[in-house]
Amino acid sequence: MIERLIAGVPRRALLLLGLLLIVLALAPLIAGDYLLTVLILILYFAYLGQSWNIMMGLTGLLSLGHALYVGLGAYTAAALYIHYGVAPWLGLLLALPLAALAGAFIGFLAFRFRVAGVYFAILTIAFAEFARVGFDHLGWTGGSAGLFLPVAQYAHNDVWHLRGHPAMFYYILLAATALALIGCRALLQSRVGYFWQAIREDEEAARAVGINTFRYKMIAVVISAAMTAFAGVIYAFYYNNLFPEQVFPILRSIEIILGPIVGGVGTLFGPILGAFILTGLAETLTAALNALGVDLPGAKQVFYGICLLLVITKLPDGVWPWLAGRIGLQEREK
Amino acid sequence: MTALLAIDGVSKRFRGLIAVDRVSFEVPERGIFAVIGPNGAGKTTLFNTIAGGYTPDSGSIEFAGARIDGLSPDQICRRGVGRTFQIVRPFPRLSVRDNVIVGALLHRAQVEAARGRADEVLRQLDLYDKRDQRASSLTLPDRKRLEVARALATDPRLLLLDEVMAGLRPTETDRMVAILRELNRETGLTVLLIEHVMRAVMALAARVLVLHHGASIAEGPPDEVVRNPAVIHSYLGAEDVA
Repeated sequence: MIERLIAGVPRRALLLLGLLLIVLALAPLIAGDYLLTVLILILYFAYLGQSWNIMMGLTGLLSLGHALYVGLGAYTAAALYIHYGVAPWLGLLLALPLAALAGAFIGFLAFRFRVAGVYFAILTIAFAEFARVGFDHLGWTGGSAGLFLPVAQYAHNDVWHLRGHPAMFYYILLAATALALIGCRALLQSRVGYFWQAIREDEEAARAVGINTFRYKMIAVVISAAMTAFAGVIYAFYYNNLFPEQVFPILRSIEIILGPIVGGVGTLFGPILGAFILTGLAETLTAALNALGVDLPGAKQVFYGICLLLVITKLPDGVWPWLAGRIGLQEREK
Repeated sequence: MTALLAIDGVSKRFRGLIAVDRVSFEVPERGIFAVIGPNGAGKTTLFNTIAGGYTPDSGSIEFAGARIDGLSPDQICRRGVGRTFQIVRPFPRLSVRDNVIVGALLHRAQVEAARGRADEVLRQLDLYDKRDQRASSLTLPDRKRLEVARALATDPRLLLLDEVMAGLRPTETDRMVAILRELNRETGLTVLLIEHVMRAVMALAARVLVLHHGASIAEGPPDEVVRNPAVIHSYLGAEDVA
């Protein structure tokens, strides 16, 4: 199993990946509170980017509504915890299937009625917007007034209830990002992964070699939605408050996809690299501006815009394919 | 010989235009059958009706004794009908080998097994040395062979070839003809080809059907068909007969 996962990966890449993992594992020991917060954000977006990439990067389905799955995961786990004291790890058992079901419903509508390309993207936006408006009026989850988790100073980390120090969230996200990377690698090398790529490349040709494209697109949406919902659960318990206007708007969905686009859509390491570049540099910029005493609201958005422009014009395949070529990490042919 | 593919009175209309008009023919198991005709004769429409792109307005299509008209392209492929596209459609960003592995995975759950089958097919079609290239980097003749390889990897009983010789040089055509003959002889593969290149049709097909304005105007062995006055008049032109 492991042998197959690393087949064709240059030894140097494995070494660097191991090194990165060690550095990230040790980071909380030396990082201050601020740096830790930034690293949590980076891992959060790396994980989400990887989840979104299953649809867009591997299968060619452009979702601009992934905030929907984040929100469903977040609200389900948080509401279960607040109302019934259900631990978030148990809440996952409802949160993930619920997001998967939402994905399946959107997928069914789109693929059954041949809604493709930009129209599919619009459909995904529409459902995220439905959710935003819907949750605004859903009393059980606090409506537009928001849903709040009890906050207190915790003497120790309660991992089971996700109550504790940010470092705990950091390690959970680090593990999730690592598992997502391994999982996507395994999927890509499996029958499903081949079929996804075939659909991404040419759906009609994929059908002509016998692929039930409806089924495999559904699988992609369901897996991507469920994975995304996990990040939502972490989001809820990390921030302790949820507002529909903050969770579901299209801006949140766009944030998710920027990392993979900058890093490299369809590559496995692109979403991770993209999260480091965007979140890392944007936070550095904010910190630098603060240190200089300059107050520039929106500087981050301008920075994102510039990054996107640069990548689209200079490296349309993303930074990772270019970087991997530069440092000799391209995958060997099997 | 029993018919592997039986087309019976198949018609396909597009609004007022009758693209295929009550066409009937049978392709015997292990046979090589060609459909020829001038541009716009309805060849590709007929082809797509068999492969599942279109549902016929009337008539029936039977494959291996079961109706397949109205089934989707992927269902038809899973029944054992492989196809190529007239305008080649490789998976451009995948390697040549991965293109063929996708086909081989249809009836294989394990990627390892599919890779084995893919390499076998790539060798048969002289593409093995180019297996690691991206499909988009191939020349047209190689892409045409890749189309055939990907379809063959699905282990079809019947292979539908849509103008697979078009754009090939005579030597490349001869090579393709040789490959198809070998496949037919050694694996018993049945072939239905839609073709413009008479050189290939004459060399390959045991029987030929001529379409003109959507209707069948002649059917028989190739050397008989090319002497048929109706065929000469409508399609070949007198000077081509020699």
